[in-house]
Amino acid sequence: MIDIQSVSKSFVTRDADPVRALNEVSLEIFDNEFFTLLGPSGCGKTTLLRLIAGFEAPSSGAIRIAGSDVAALPPQKRPVNTVFQSYALFPHMSVAENVAFGLEMQNAPKSLIDERVREALEMVRLEGFATRRPAQLSGGQQQRVAVARALAPKPSVLLLDEPLSALDLKLRKGMQSELKRLQRETGITFVLVTHDQEEALAMSDGIAVMRSGDVLQVGTPRDIYDNPQDRFVADFIGESNLLPGALLGRDPAKTIVVRPEHIVVSPASDDATGHARGAVSAITFLGSDTLYEIVLEEGARLQSRSRGRAALATGDRVVVDWARDVERELAN
Amino acid sequence: MGPNRTYLLIAPAMLVIGIFMVLPLFLAVAYSFMTANPYGGVTAPETFDAYLQFLYQRDFDDSLVFSPSYALIILRSIYLAIATTLICLVLGLPVAWYIVCQTPERRRVLLFAVTLPFWINTLIRTYCWILILRDEGLANGALRHAGIISNPLPLLYNDGSILLGLVYTFLPFMVLPIYSTLERIDPRLIEAAHDLYASRAAVFRRIVWPLARPGALAGATLVFAPALGSFLAPDLLGGGKKLLIGSLIQMQFTSSRNWPFGAALSTVVTVVVLTVFVIRSRKAQEERR
Repeated sequence: MIDIQSVSKSFVTRDADPVRALNEVSLEIFDNEFFTLLGPSGCGKTTLLRLIAGFEAPSSGAIRIAGSDVAALPPQKRPVNTVFQSYALFPHMSVAENVAFGLEMQNAPKSLIDERVREALEMVRLEGFATRRPAQLSGGQQQRVAVARALAPKPSVLLLDEPLSALDLKLRKGMQSELKRLQRETGITFVLVTHDQEEALAMSDGIAVMRSGDVLQVGTPRDIYDNPQDRFVADFIGESNLLPGALLGRDPAKTIVVRPEHIVVSPASDDATGHARGAVSAITFLGSDTLYEIVLEEGARLQSRSRGRAALATGDRVVVDWARDVERELAN
Repeated sequence: MGPNRTYLLIAPAMLVIGIFMVLPLFLAVAYSFMTANPYGGVTAPETFDAYLQFLYQRDFDDSLVFSPSYALIILRSIYLAIATTLICLVLGLPVAWYIVCQTPERRRVLLFAVTLPFWINTLIRTYCWILILRDEGLANGALRHAGIISNPLPLLYNDGSILLGLVYTFLPFMVLPIYSTLERIDPRLIEAAHDLYASRAAVFRRIVWPLARPGALAGATLVFAPALGSFLAPDLLGGGKKLLIGSLIQMQFTSSRNWPFGAALSTVVTVVVLTVFVIRSRKAQEERR
């Protein structure tokens, strides 16, 4: 659906060298996919989204949407609609007028517009709000209007720029499953930008993890969680223990990555075996789980997460162990 | 804070407004109902003569004869003020838009440039237009040098030159309020409109103009009111051949020594401007609903 070929983008600034926001990024996003660009702020994910939308032009490289090169097309000529982080609803128009705008601009007949507006508002569960102004809606409702407005023209691709970041936690969780449902119902390719790894794991079919203008890894959520190819990815996605190889008597040029839930902690006794020994320094109650913080004899710290209530106490001497097949060896 | 303290705090403002605005206005209305003193000022008795003078002339035998000349002056003044407002709008909107699109530093410079004329006396600036427009002036000289014309064009002393002077004087009053509304438009709205397939023209018509309209209306009021009462540009650039209401009022207080008529004319202008203002604010209120 979207084919991004070695796209670079530099921004010229007044007082410094050009800032490189994207370095030769290549990506393929498939039809009917919920794809997420994930990374910390400043990683270039929003820039990439704006390049797909057409608000910015790439410094080099090619972007193809549905097979055709869109380099020369302005945003109004691309079969792509955007849900903005700030929603960018037109304040002087009613909810229905906002949703109808895209179709009107395409000169759709009045009957079709009315039908699609009704459909779109139904989809986001705002049927009763057609005549309201955006200012009369809550943040969550405005967000739904923004989604309805972008979906009403039935674009090939829907771009979402951190659409949930302004909502509180509960609303955010609700909207996550809403968006997922909308994506399945409409069959439109969604491209989501977020810095929230949990959100990305929960919603996406495919994820590209980005950092300072580079795509570090592309894969399914499970793939990225289980097989991080990079220290940064391992650290950024979920919780990870990054242990220096030297500490475990292995190749000092490698880092050993183990997820907290894979680490087994048992009381230290003479016959207990494991990868390392240490002491419990803190215990955190997480409801269904317990999180142990352990200081190893060699000085490193690690976290272990196990089901159920705490069986150990702070200060207890322990042995930590994990199965060899759950650890990943990455270059430092 | 009790109501007494509140009144005390706004008292200075009320005093200034009372002395410098309400009192003169009240005096003007009062004068308009009195009789002219041939040496200037007004005397008793109170009459409606000043208002009758708009449409009727008192003949030698004291009978009233219909004479539309003053009414025509008022109509012409209104027409020129409306034309000035429209031209200022057409010129001011793109200028304001251009300034908004610049970097913050350049905006500051350009805004300063817009207000720059205020630092020079209006009389001098208007007089300079005579130097530019007269037969031996800069404009005709340049055209003659370029070989485009052989005889000077009549650029001065007509409605066109009056209009030019009015637009030149009041353009900043249109640019600044429009700029301030345009500046507040979230650029994301324009991106969103483009994203939803709007062409540049559609973005202007459907997004920029509706959001800029309050500023444009404010600008229109700020241009229309002073343009209607202006007498500098009409006197200097119109050559005083055809009177406008501003010059007519000014004359009544100076050479004609007919204060009541001058006061009556001012009252009429005030009423016209206020009417326009009331209609506009009513409309604005309706739109907000």
